[in-house]
Amino acid sequence: MSNRPELLAPPEIFYDDSEARKYTSSSRIIDIQARLSERALELLALPVDGIPRLLLDIGCGSGLSGETLTENGHQWIGLDISQSMLDIALEREVEGDLLLGDMGQGLAFRPGIIDGAISISAVQWLCNADKSSHEPRLRLKAFFGSLYRCLARGARAVFQVYPENIAQRELILRSAMHAGFAGGVVMDYPHSTKSRKEYLVLTCGPPTISTAVPRGKGEDGESCSEDESSEENQMVCISDRNRPQKKQKISRKGKGRDWIFKKKEQLRRKGNTVPPDTRYTGRKRKARF
Amino acid sequence: MRLFTHNMLSSNIKGVANGFPLRIEAEQVLEKQVDFNPDFLRNLFPKLEWKALVDGARALGYAELPEAADSSMLESEEFLRKVHHALLELHLEEGALTCPETGRKFPVNKGIPNMLLHEDEETSLQLPGSLGSHMLVRITGKQ
Repeated sequence: MSNRPELLAPPEIFYDDSEARKYTSSSRIIDIQARLSERALELLALPVDGIPRLLLDIGCGSGLSGETLTENGHQWIGLDISQSMLDIALEREVEGDLLLGDMGQGLAFRPGIIDGAISISAVQWLCNADKSSHEPRLRLKAFFGSLYRCLARGARAVFQVYPENIAQRELILRSAMHAGFAGGVVMDYPHSTKSRKEYLVLTCGPPTISTAVPRGKGEDGESCSEDESSEENQMVCISDRNRPQKKQKISRKGKGRDWIFKKKEQLRRKGNTVPPDTRYTGRKRKARF
Repeated sequence: MRLFTHNMLSSNIKGVANGFPLRIEAEQVLEKQVDFNPDFLRNLFPKLEWKALVDGARALGYAELPEAADSSMLESEEFLRKVHHALLELHLEEGALTCPETGRKFPVNKGIPNMLLHEDEETSLQLPGSLGSHMLVRITGKQ
């Protein structure tokens, strides 16, 4: 995959003035960021009592994710390594306070004061060694260790990550566990390559009943539809392989309503928006068309 | 940067045992109106370091806060208004933060403190157990 920005340059260099502006003026990215941070906030599972909390946005960039936090009435502090991104955040007049800092150097906060932390598409940057003095494992350790210290007991941290491969995901997760966090990975829409999103949900403090990792979206869609199509999904036995190939039947009527329902169900499982099934689904148009 | 962030921030330079509170040197201070929310302040109050807040507010030129405070004072709206003003409405726009132990200065430009450390100040480099660091330069599947 050559379109991963992590592989091109270190973050403080990659997100220069033009890249930062490009990032923040793309309505597609704004939309995706808003949805990711909305979901991350949901996974934070803050108590619903209307009291603003003190949250941390790690890798806040131009404050796109912070805006979601402000909309939900929380106070936040944003940390980013790119001066250009923070300049754009200033231009957009975000409500939170901004810090220029490197999460791999550890977070400079007093212990036990932050009520929750989110991070959208940032933690995977830590896995790269951009300077000779960088060591991913130690930087992850410094990051998670200092995060654990500054979070209040029982607080959660939710990171949306794009790990490059399984080894990276393992490394991030293991560093978090070493720092004392409980939790795991929540995957939304695991069936779709495009809209699949990974969230690392970490809880600070001793494991309790509430530290169980929440379920990802689109997972239950899989379980209920499996019952209907279990026969089709079964593996092909060896004896089946030699059976004569059936020719596809396409009658004069077309592929039929059942086929359409099956296709729509498949797309729904991938997380696409699909029009609802109605009595008009799959009907033939009148002749005048 | 507002005082509420200053109250959370400490220096994390290698070898510094107590990096809190950072001393403020103010060159330019701004005031911005923010909605008053007493619940947030009551919730935040137990976590605040009062002394650091009072000193910070003085450095920004606001001396209305009492020397000592306890939770019984949270009932008074007048007191909460003062805390609100000091915590959320005063912005340190230009100046510097100084580490109380080492005297290292973190410059503040356009309201953003620069907390980046130099390589020799990083704690992540002195941690024990750096096994095989030369083998693990980049963790990717291919290389």
